[in-house]
Amino acid sequence: MRVEFLTSNETCAEGAMAAGLNVYIGYPITPSSDLFEYLAEKLPKRGGIVYQGEDEIASINALVGASLAGAKAMTATSGPGLSLMQEGIGLAIMLEAPLVIVSDMRTGPSTGIATQIGQGDIMQARWGSHGPYNLVVYAPASAQEAFDYTVKAFNTAVRLRVPVIVLMDAILAHTREKVVIKEPGEIEVVEFKKTKKHPGEYKPYEYDPDDLVPPIAFFGEGYKVLHESLAHDERGYYKTSPEVYRPLVERFIEKVNRNRKYVVASKDYYADDAETLFIAIGSVARSTLALVRDLRESGLKVGLFRPISIWPFDEDRFIKMARRVKKIIVAEMNQGQLVWIIKKILWDNKLFNVDVYSLPLLLPDLPSPDEIYDEIKSRGWKI
Amino acid sequence: MVKSKYSHPIDDLLRLDRVPYTWCPGCGIGIILHHTLRAIKELESEGKINRDKILFVTGIGCTGRAAGLVKLDAAHVLHGRAIPFAVGAMLANPSLIPIVFSGDGDIAGIGGNHLLHAARRNMDILVIMVNNFTYALTGGQLAPTTPYKVYSTTTPYGNPEPPIDTAKALMALDVNYIARWSVTHLTKIKDSVKYALTKRGFRFIEVISVCPEIFGRHIGIRDPYQLYVTLRKIAKTRIKPSFGDIKYDWNSEITCGVFVDRDDPGYFDRLKEIGVTKK
Repeated sequence: MRVEFLTSNETCAEGAMAAGLNVYIGYPITPSSDLFEYLAEKLPKRGGIVYQGEDEIASINALVGASLAGAKAMTATSGPGLSLMQEGIGLAIMLEAPLVIVSDMRTGPSTGIATQIGQGDIMQARWGSHGPYNLVVYAPASAQEAFDYTVKAFNTAVRLRVPVIVLMDAILAHTREKVVIKEPGEIEVVEFKKTKKHPGEYKPYEYDPDDLVPPIAFFGEGYKVLHESLAHDERGYYKTSPEVYRPLVERFIEKVNRNRKYVVASKDYYADDAETLFIAIGSVARSTLALVRDLRESGLKVGLFRPISIWPFDEDRFIKMARRVKKIIVAEMNQGQLVWIIKKILWDNKLFNVDVYSLPLLLPDLPSPDEIYDEIKSRGWKI
Repeated sequence: MVKSKYSHPIDDLLRLDRVPYTWCPGCGIGIILHHTLRAIKELESEGKINRDKILFVTGIGCTGRAAGLVKLDAAHVLHGRAIPFAVGAMLANPSLIPIVFSGDGDIAGIGGNHLLHAARRNMDILVIMVNNFTYALTGGQLAPTTPYKVYSTTTPYGNPEPPIDTAKALMALDVNYIARWSVTHLTKIKDSVKYALTKRGFRFIEVISVCPEIFGRHIGIRDPYQLYVTLRKIAKTRIKPSFGDIKYDWNSEITCGVFVDRDDPGYFDRLKEIGVTKK
């Protein structure tokens, strides 16, 4: 354990190394490039390999190959790169390749403002690839959480054989603060669940019924592993029948749901007696928390709920709070994405007597607490 | 599954429960795969290769389906991405012997950028590109290799584009091995794959195939035998041809032979040489 003064990009890299990162493959993109540069210097000295792909498409596909050959594998990117990686994320889903993608959200659409904060990737992180699937997205809000949840991202990826996205933003990525960096012996590090079968009887997609995750055999171990991007049976043979397709994709969805307890994370502040509950993630949550503290001082009963796992959402904890509050204000630097998740959860739980306000902050700079409050007042909302 | 009392020398390298496979009668892919596997088999019997270390990666298309047929570590991945997938696997485990086996559309079309950069890096992989001049699996659309003026379903008035000579284009980069053969050169395919597998760095073998079902129909030679005979006349083998000698023209000559053979350090040699000490 050591105390350091690092940016969240750097603590992500430290978290990855603590979790056992072997192969980093990336393509430079603002504001994530300094994570790449940090690892490029450190990882080879620890026996790992850092490689720059010709583009994000090459990077994500190489990452899937590396993962199935036995590496703990990671990349880092930003919105435009994440868009390019979407087909490869689908490949990782289909081949059940554990990997970690750090994405520092910036202003969009298109090239947007490369150096400035955005939060427009909440939906694309979850739904960007075609077809039915499930994956895990963590949204840390400090350099310490960037470390902790990168470790957690690796553990979740390896445990469930899914891609896990660590969704940060341009401000958080470069926020330098005090962090406690733990060593591998001081944190939980999940290792691959290897097959116990002999090569002759091994089937690459034969899963354990308890966790729905297939034990893995890597390339080069004599197992004659067949990985198939087409819909496949447990041998990896392409099949078009509903008897094969439906259980396959249902398992992709269900294996995350079934392990939900292990996966989900959230934090709340002043929520116990709150009448108005703010919801925000990342850097915006930190501005919002400061606003909540200011409003508390002036006697208003406000609180903050901060989901850390956005996908899947910490629904149980949120619902308990939602039953108590009168008003929910979702502050986010996009058109209103997090608010869709909130509304769906409230609808699914038949909670119709809470008012949900969407506060899209379409700004190129992180708003201060006062600026967030001004946005609320300008809309005529009362807290 | 076809049960037979006869066995074939490459039976143990195939998933026989999947035979007969998806390819059409008269298709050249099976012949090319056969001679690729024969090369592996011979190297193995000479003690020069361990089949457990081979990683057979394919993209999308008729040729891409080969991954599902071979009894090796194999992956059938996204369209155009077989090369980066193989590179990634090797980064994780440099003792692997990646063979990328895919079609012209997959390798030279959608995957063209990856091909270019794997070649630039002299990346330690063998790429076998089966060229049937068209997107056959999807019904005969234009490929970057389709000859000028030839019909395709997406150029119904004829192809207005000159095709790429992929093997020749790669000669601009310092790779260790480039060869081109046709499906009419059986032992050449086998010998070339065998030789290339013992080399380091980037190795590229293009094999001109025949697709009577789609390309043959498009050029008016629907009969497999006639298409083979036609290709035999077009595919001319030349010994150490110069850059200017190499042609890719369905109407006159598609030059075959070994275009490049050298032994420069591959990517992993150079990575090792660079090390982790700051200069």
